Amino acid sequence: MKWLFRYGCSEELFLKRFEEEGKIMNAESFEIKACPEMWKDLGMDVERFDKMRLMLGEIYRKTYLTQKNRPVKMAYFDDMVAEIHGGRIKEILAAKAEGHPVIGTFCVYIPEEVVLAAGGVCVGLCGGSQGSIPDAEKILPRNICPMVKSAFGFKAGRICPYFQAVDFVYGETTCDAKKKTWEILDTMVPTYVMEIPQMKKQSDRDMWLSEVKEFKAKVEEVAGKEVTVEELKKAVKVMNGKRRALQRLNTLRHTKPTPISGKDVLLVEQIAFYDEPVRFASQVNELCDDLEQRIAAGEAVPGKDAVRIMVAGVPMALPNWKLHHLVEGAGAVIVNEESCIGTRYYKDLMAEDAQDMETILTDLTKRYMNIDCSCFTPNDERIDQVLKEYRESQADGIIHYSLQFCHTYNVEEIRIREACAREGIPYMFIESDYSPEDVGQIQTRVEAFLEQIRG
Amino acid sequence: MFVGVDLGSRAIKVAAWQGGRLVDYKVRESGFEPHRQVEEMIQEYDPCTVMATGYGRHLVKEYFAYEVITEIKAHALGIHAVLPEATTVVDIGGQDSKVISLNAKGQVVNFQMNDKCAAGTGRFLEIMAASLAYPLGEFGLAALDSDQEVQINSMCTVFAESEVISMKNRGVPRQHIARAVHASVADCILSMLNRVGYGDTIAFSGGVANNPCIVEMVRRSLDNVRVIVPENPSIIGALGASLHAQSQGRATE
Ligand code: SF4
Ligand code: SF4
Repeated sequence: MKWLFRYGCSEELFLKRFEEEGKIMNAESFEIKACPEMWKDLGMDVERFDKMRLMLGEIYRKTYLTQKNRPVKMAYFDDMVAEIHGGRIKEILAAKAEGHPVIGTFCVYIPEEVVLAAGGVCVGLCGGSQGSIPDAEKILPRNICPMVKSAFGFKAGRICPYFQAVDFVYGETTCDAKKKTWEILDTMVPTYVMEIPQMKKQSDRDMWLSEVKEFKAKVEEVAGKEVTVEELKKAVKVMNGKRRALQRLNTLRHTKPTPISGKDVLLVEQIAFYDEPVRFASQVNELCDDLEQRIAAGEAVPGKDAVRIMVAGVPMALPNWKLHHLVEGAGAVIVNEESCIGTRYYKDLMAEDAQDMETILTDLTKRYMNIDCSCFTPNDERIDQVLKEYRESQADGIIHYSLQFCHTYNVEEIRIREACAREGIPYMFIESDYSPEDVGQIQTRVEAFLEQIRG
Repeated sequence: MFVGVDLGSRAIKVAAWQGGRLVDYKVRESGFEPHRQVEEMIQEYDPCTVMATGYGRHLVKEYFAYEVITEIKAHALGIHAVLPEATTVVDIGGQDSKVISLNAKGQVVNFQMNDKCAAGTGRFLEIMAASLAYPLGEFGLAALDSDQEVQINSMCTVFAESEVISMKNRGVPRQHIARAVHASVADCILSMLNRVGYGDTIAFSGGVANNPCIVEMVRRSLDNVRVIVPENPSIIGALGASLHAQSQGRATE
């Protein structure tokens, strides 16, 4: 399994510190590491970025490190946050220096297996921060999805080291906001766009397969090598391993009472998009071992009688912890994220037994076709999936969360609402963005929803 | 004694409950340091158990409340106590409005809050009344006087205000504009009612329930539905909170 660690520094850098400390970082000592030299080399707006780093550290401290009774094995993930703009970027740059392609992605439709097989690194670039929105609004219209604006603003303002480090960005045609933004983004960083069909008919599947092949060719071109069957098979195993670890984590947190906060699980799901996959999977599994012990010992977060909430809807990109913070601040606990930064990323595995390139790519396409994003029509699978996850997570209610101006999720919400009404599931819909101005309102609604559930 | 404090965005409402009845209530406009105002208002009830609700509920809790409940639950409890036949509550507050649907026991089964916009709130009415130079108390009556359908199309306060200004400048009589303003708030409430669903009896609460035009417009738009207003709609939230303090059963002496 060592083959992905060839980028040096990684393992020691991260693992040494936990051995020394052996426990969760406390709130005072936590800091997001600064690497001003490296940032300068990356062409970033260092002064501004450093302020954002401090702000992020502050938010993290308040949101995460004040939680009580966290699993000890969250230490690794705290450290991944501390190293988010330092250690992890160093690793990625080291890989790049060795000729490994670094690819920025925005969506769970990007076939990561192919990137890994070519020795490449994927980094998720979805934006979840208000801080970069003014940069985007200088160029983009204001009334589009905040996730697109936030990500775009990170590039426009040169305030994201990941964006600066990528060889190119791989976009897709899932929603209008994104697909038209790629055209503008391409003037700042090479942006290649993969066509994602909007339906799942045979002709769409055929088209999708040929897109996957084109994607592979593009990655091979940047990597300067062809991907072999063996490499792709290995990559499939790595990705399955990562997804299995996340599935295991999700199953364990479904235990009643749950041994881990929703915030912590969301963080792990977010880190999945920028960490090295093999190391990440093994750390998630260690966290799971920890959780099994906590379950055996009857540890409950935040307590045995906490109301359990499932969240469904659009991805919550780092550092969008707004809803989780409000729900858990009101004494409830989130037990599932039906979202791309959540189950939609890991619920499906792919076959590992195929022996030739064509079959592997066909299996891969099949796996990705199971993702039930609202950009597809019809999308009945998602309605069933939401209900299924509701039952599996033993939740007491569902909050559907969408971002403002995300038409596909905001319209699909109607069908989720109807399904919940049919099944008698307590349900609430929240549409929000990253600004703090609606926190008071959302807090009232969340508290009222919890009162409604408690009866 | 059980005291409900409803610290809203515009006013502080206090209700004191003892021996199974409402013994006192107060309403005051909220200013700076509202918790000090609350302190003054409730001093005389000491010893008492305080339950806080409204936008400032967490602030009140920090200082003297035993617990908090949301406005949604508070209005549901309050209305159920005074008008037990109500199946739905419409609360138009200063900063937001809510439609709450109740079961037979008066528990909340569903609710909607208007989000992120002043349209459909008391604040919107206040701004529009000021821009048409009506004292707030006369605004609703004036609108009732108009028999002409003009329309405000914008649901955003800022744009609606410029629509109002352009109507003024076209020479549209002000009671017609007043009517249009009220119609736009009533439409907002009706669309929330349709989304949540409503039974046969809708009760208004919150300060805007004192505005006869809004209530009348909602009443006229719905067939076979009773639309009722309690005697003292502004204190319903505070009343609900005081009842909840009692049901939590904390002895105060
Ligand atoms: S919600 Fe849809 S478009 Fe967005 S990341 Fe998920 S799959 Fe991609
Ligand atoms: S949240 Fe919706 S609008 Fe935003 S990027 Fe995803 S699919 Fe597009």
